[in-house]
Amino acid sequence: MPENQPLNQPRSKTDLFLSFTILALQGFGGVLAVVQRELVEKKRWMTREQFVEDWAVAQIMPGPNVVNLSLMIGGRYFGLTGALAGLAGMLAAPLIVVLLLAIAFGGVSDSAWAQGALRGMGAVSAGLIAAVGLKLISALRSNPMGMPVCIGLAAASFVGVGVLRWPLA
Amino acid sequence: MNPVLHLSSSDWLSLFNHFASLSLLAVGGAITTAPDMHRYLVDETHWLGEAQFNSSIALAQAAPGPNILFVALMGWNLGLNAGAGLGGGWVSVGLACLGVLVSMLGIMLPSSILTYTATRWAHQHRDKIGIRAFKLGMAPIVIALLLATAWLLTVSHKQPARDWPLYVLTAVTTLVVWRTKLHMLWLIGAGALLGALGWV
Repeated sequence: MPENQPLNQPRSKTDLFLSFTILALQGFGGVLAVVQRELVEKKRWMTREQFVEDWAVAQIMPGPNVVNLSLMIGGRYFGLTGALAGLAGMLAAPLIVVLLLAIAFGGVSDSAWAQGALRGMGAVSAGLIAAVGLKLISALRSNPMGMPVCIGLAAASFVGVGVLRWPLA
Repeated sequence: MNPVLHLSSSDWLSLFNHFASLSLLAVGGAITTAPDMHRYLVDETHWLGEAQFNSSIALAQAAPGPNILFVALMGWNLGLNAGAGLGGGWVSVGLACLGVLVSMLGIMLPSSILTYTATRWAHQHRDKIGIRAFKLGMAPIVIALLLATAWLLTVSHKQPARDWPLYVLTAVTTLVVWRTKLHMLWLIGAGALLGALGWV
């Protein structure tokens, strides 16, 4: 992977809005996996390391994580209007889609095949999230704590949250 | 049957206030505050029917985009109830749009203002040692949280004898996304198809 090439930037607020709209419309069962692939791997607006750092902040702030991320990235390049462009991109088109779905399929979501489809999509989105986690492990190589400490901390967090079910906050 | 409502402006205001107060509590996603929304909208005020509440969450998860849109659907349904359903014509649609606006502004405004201000501050001071240390220290924890989320989603299906195809589907997806560049929509589509056919 060409890690050393210079990073790109969104060209304009319109670019930001459209990019986030396209991201959001691909995000079935969560947008995170799409955001990671598009912004880090395809558009190269940020490195894996920067993505992990931003995701950490987006997650500890209240509010939907990916929406927080769009606010942060938009704000960084273009200030308040950039943040609003990112936010609008993330929400506007999906909002229209979901309302149209509600009008068209209001009652369908209770039927057996729809429930089954949700079950299958849920299993896939669990896999997407796991894959993002696995990919981001390589971002820990440059961490000053060193790989063994990082892995130890990560393993302890995984056991605490995933096995012992400690609450986050 | 869905309730038919007569909402006053103070009702709309209290709807806004309820979502706005949940907004700042929604660390880790608004879905964590869904139980409190249920208590308020279904149990206390009877503004939403049980089925409407559940299908709002299910539909937002099935649709593309951030899952926070389940809040918009709750507002939509609540507005429809206030205007006697889709049969109420444009009045209903107007009230439903008002419901979307009030509930989304409520859930988004406080957390967005806080996130924007706090992250601007953090970005301006990004070279301070405390902020560097915080972000770098959080990195392994955040990665572990992603893996733990995937794990918890998987083991929430508790019957291995019946649910093992789901586990396999999750594992295959993980490998494919990790190791290849196959477009994720193919995987989502495959999952939906397998589920709809009853194979997983």
